[in-house]
Parts: sequence; C-alpha cells; structure tokens
Amino acid sequence: MSAKTTPKKRVKPAASILADEAKLPINKDLSKEEQIGFYRDMVRIRRFEERSLRVYQQGKIGGFLHLYIGQESIAVACASLMGDHDHMITAYRNHGHALAVGMGMNECMAELLGKATGCSKGKGGSMHFFAPDKNYWGGHGIVGGQIPLGVGLAYGVKYKGNTGSAMAFMGDGAINQGAVHEAYNLAALWDLPAIFIIENNGYSMGTSQERSSSHPKEGLAARAEGYNMAWENINGESLFAIRDGVGRAIKRAHEESKPTILEIHTYRYQGHSVADANAKKYRTKEEIDDYRKNHDPLNVYRLYLLDQKVMSEEEMKEIDAAAKKEADDAAKFADESPFPSVESITEDVYWEADNPDQRTSEGRLFFND
Amino acid sequence: MPEISYRQAIKDALAEEIERDENVVVIGEEVAQYNGAYKVTEGLLERYGPKRIVDAPISEAGFIGMGIGASMLGVRPVMELMFWSFAYVAWDQMINNAGCVRYMSGGLINVPIVIRGPANGGTNVGATHSHTPENLIANMPGLKVVCPATPYDAKGLMKAAIRDNDPVYVMESTLLYGTTGEVPEEEYVIPLGKADIKKEGTDVTIVCHGPSVPVALTAAQVLEEEHNISAEVVDLRSIRPLDEETIINSVKKTSRAVLVEENRPFCGVDAQIAYTIQNKAFDYLDAPILRVSTIDAPAMYSPAIEPEQLPKAATVVDKVLSIM
Repeated sequence: MSAKTTPKKRVKPAASILADEAKLPINKDLSKEEQIGFYRDMVRIRRFEERSLRVYQQGKIGGFLHLYIGQESIAVACASLMGDHDHMITAYRNHGHALAVGMGMNECMAELLGKATGCSKGKGGSMHFFAPDKNYWGGHGIVGGQIPLGVGLAYGVKYKGNTGSAMAFMGDGAINQGAVHEAYNLAALWDLPAIFIIENNGYSMGTSQERSSSHPKEGLAARAEGYNMAWENINGESLFAIRDGVGRAIKRAHEESKPTILEIHTYRYQGHSVADANAKKYRTKEEIDDYRKNHDPLNVYRLYLLDQKVMSEEEMKEIDAAAKKEADDAAKFADESPFPSVESITEDVYWEADNPDQRTSEGRLFFND
Repeated sequence: MPEISYRQAIKDALAEEIERDENVVVIGEEVAQYNGAYKVTEGLLERYGPKRIVDAPISEAGFIGMGIGASMLGVRPVMELMFWSFAYVAWDQMINNAGCVRYMSGGLINVPIVIRGPANGGTNVGATHSHTPENLIANMPGLKVVCPATPYDAKGLMKAAIRDNDPVYVMESTLLYGTTGEVPEEEYVIPLGKADIKKEGTDVTIVCHGPSVPVALTAAQVLEEEHNISAEVVDLRSIRPLDEETIINSVKKTSRAVLVEENRPFCGVDAQIAYTIQNKAFDYLDAPILRVSTIDAPAMYSPAIEPEQLPKAATVVDKVLSIM
C-alpha cells in the first residue's frame, strides 16, 4: 500500500517546514496569487466562523453551530485541487468546506439565521449547506451517514465515464459507524474513485480518540489495510502537506479509479458545538493554547508567507479587514432578510409537487388536516 | 392479452426501463450472477451486462446509501432489498438521506431512486423476515410508497416509479410473485397515486392493498355468492401519494366501508384511510368503519398458525355482515 507515515513531532520552525513542502511537485508551480488566495480563503472561513459565533451568542441562530476554527487548512487545500468532476460531501461541521468551494457568506449566514435567502431557504440550518453547482453535496447531520453517499458520488463519476473523484469528509468519531465500513468495502471492492478524509481533531464530540476508537498504532486511516486500500497520515497544520497527500489520492482516483483513506491531523478550538457546555472540561487550557500558539494552520501559513516574502503584514491586514467586513455584511444581510413563509414548509419536499405542470402522479401527497 | 406472472411483469418493467434510459441500473444482493433471490432479475445480467446489473455485498446501509449518492449525480438506480425486512438496516439512508436531502437543500438536490423488493408475511420465515413497513415509510414526507397486487399493476407502477424524480419505494409481495394476470404487450405506465377498483359493487366498500387484495376479492366473492351482498373492492395500489377521491366516491356510493391490510392495526395505513372517510364522507356513512389487520404481534413462525395471524377472507366476510 502507499506511504504509512505517522506525523512526526516537528522540530524545525513551522514556517521553514512549509517552505520545504512548498517545493513538493504539487506545490512548486503555485503562483504568488494562488498562495495569497489560499490565505484569503482560510481567513474568510475563520472570520465567518468567529462572526457566526457572535451571532449565535446574540441568540439569532437556532439549534447547533459546529465551528471549524482550527481546521481551515483542510477544506481550503482540498477545494484548491478540485476539477470539473471532483466532488465533496461532508458532515455537520461544514461551513469551511462550503466557503472553500465558493459559496457566498451571505447565503451561508442567512441559512444560519433560518432566512429565506439562505442557501437552503432556511430549511437546512448550520449542518446542511449544499451547492451542487459547485460539486458540493453538503452538509449532513448524522455521523457517518454521508459516507455511503460519497461512495455513491464516486460511483456516479465512474458510471458516467468521467475522470474525477468524490472526497467524503468525516470526523474521527465517524469511523466507528457501520455505514462508514460498508462504504469503505464498496469503494475498495468496486474500484471507485472515492477519497475518505478523516479530519481527526482528537475528539468524538466530548470523548477523546483514545477513549472512542480502537485502531492500529499507525492511526485511524490504517484501518484501510483491512480493505486492501491505500492510506496516508497527513499533518493538518500544513496546507502544502495536505495538498501533497490529497493530490496523490486524487491522482490515484483519476488514473486508477482507486479509493484512498486519508487521516488529516488537526484540532478544533471550540467545543463540539457551541452548545457543548463541557468543552473546556475534557481538554486542558494548555492543550488548546499549545495548538493555537504552535500549530494553528492559519498562523503557520501566515508565518511562511511572511518568511518567504510572498505577502507583507500590510497586505495581510487588508485581507483580514476585508474578510471581517464581508462577515459583518453577511450578518447584516442575514439580519435584514425575511424569514421563509409558512407556505414554504411544504415546498421542496417532492420534485413533482414543485413542478406541477410536469406532474405524472395523481394522488394526494400531503396530509395536513 | 398474454398472461404472465407478477415476477415476470416486474422483470419486464426493469428491462424496458434499462433499455429506455442509459442511467437506469439495477443493484442489490444476488441480483446478477445468482439471478435474484426471488428470480425477479433472472437473465438480466446476461442481457445487459455487469455495468447495468450489479451484485452488492450484504451491506444494506452501504449500498442503499451509495445508490442515493449516485442518484444525486443523475444515475437512476433501482435498488433491490432481498426482503423489505432488511430495510431497517439501511433506515438512516432511506429516511434521513433519501427522504430529507431535497428538503434540507431547499430543492437543489433530487433523489430519483427506486428501492424495491418483497415484503409481507405468510411464508413462515419468522418475525424478522415478515415485515410490512409501508405505513412507516408513508409516514415520511419526501418518500413515495407503492404496493402493487397484480402483474398488470406491478409492471405499470414499476415503470412509473423508475421515471419518477422522487424516491419511490416499491413493496412487492413474496406470495404474489407466482400469481399470473393479463399484461398488454404494448408499453403502458400507471401513474402513482391512482387507486383501482378491482371489483365494482354497490353495498359495501372494501379498501385493500398489496397481498390483501386477493383476500378482499375472495371475501367479495363469498359475500356475493352466499349472502347476496355486492362489495366494491378498492385497491389503493399507492399509499403515498394516496387516491382519496376513489375511496370517497366508492363510500358515497355504498355507505359502508371495511378496510383490509397486512399492517398491524396500531398506526396502520388503514387508520389514515378511516380518518379520511370520516373526514370527507361522514354524512354518507350508514355504519361504523371496520378494519381487518394482522393480529398485533410480531410474525408467528408456526406454519399452522401464521395464516391465522394475517387478514383472512372469512374475517372480512364477518365484518361486512356485522355492519349490513
């Protein structure tokens, strides 16, 4: 199988490691603009998430809010590698992927507030963003339930004779769900161009990986061995390392129509969701501070860009200010948007009910009296 | 018109749709090389090859979920469940994903999938293999569920299901696979949501679906021959969408209704039908609405006893006589 690299404790300063990884084949031809673009994309995700946290605290967002802060490098690196027939599907921590594939902050923030202008017209909420026109298939709320769908996207790519892939993201908690293993088996058995991406932030909700997953010492992706599937460990603090590993998986999908499991090691600053009242109890402050100080993918990338003189502090401040303003504007847009109508409750349930002129069936579909 | 079996009618529907639309694929356990556990897909692999007829491993959550994902990209999978009783293994996929994705995406994503296979009891296979879950599925907005009872209906409804842009769950009945009936050679499609009057009558309406249709027809014959009572037998064919109009018009004509189904009585399909009748035809009723359902327990194994648990024509006759 492929490289079985366990992430090593890094001894060199992160910025210089990134400088080395920037020379890897998949990264070496990146233009200055592209590198700045990655920074902008990560900053946009972080500012959007920070803004949405404040909006949540104002009581304007219902239900759950699972924030992606600390994991931005993954969605941005993966989105940067997508071609016409490469698809993404993920779980409930999905705002980062949505913005990375190009969804607008307005439609995303409005969805959080349950407004008619939201990407799902206020019917999906935080866990359920979708943009099929951008090959982005959501945003799914049941842990691991999206992974068979991801294999279905890979099946669809192959069935239609396209060169592409389906990246199916999950957290480390999802890998113990039966549906995930069934999906692994199908992808490997049928040579489907699926890429399973475990965003391992160390915690399944409030339970640490050590307490929730039995696995080989090489890690969670190593379970791939049992399915005769390629796998890799990737350090999530480096956008370039992610591009390198995911790039290999995409190449394998495109050229051999073979699946891969990738485990990307990352961390989340916030609790499982904002409603996770014990977020500070199952982790130490030191642990969170250490990540923030030494491993934050945004900060590591920022230091690299400065070190390599790709960008100046001034330029970064401009990007940051623009992202903050975009998030503020989105919050304002969402605030000012109308709520969906009560009539809209029964729209978008059935295709045929929404297309009455093309309806082929006859009976009653809704029962409300 | 040639007479063919219910099994053959479904196979013909699959074959015609595979030929009509290159996106239609048949996926399920033992549908290809083994020729289908109930031989519904016999010969299809030979005719259409392994790209269109696909053997799945025993992993319902995995392959049903995969079918749903593929349908989002425009493939039109027809997924076979070896038994509808195995649907529960894939329940999250069937309910949460197939049933909710269109809604949660604000209409951006369609799920044109068909999930089909045999349901119902009567074959002495015990509680875990005798389920009749059309009431559970009909309870879920976003899904459609149909239960054909004759070869003609099975073919026409299956073709409609495959062409439908919403998820359609087709419940066949193990006991009906071998039954035969007239099926025209020329193409036809039966719209979902249109009930069928299997026998006209004037004195009482018997509403039924799936394997309860032959039970109701036998009861109607006994009522006519032995009691001079003219029963109208309404076969729902489709549970959701539901043809309320045909039921109501029949009750307005007969003023009496007995409802027969293989679901358990509590929260069964007929609970909804009874409500519909009292809601829309109360003034026409001359008697209470009565029901004949499966006795409210998991399926009995004992071959001698299981028939007693399921709806029987004699019970239907008794119920009708009690309200005349």
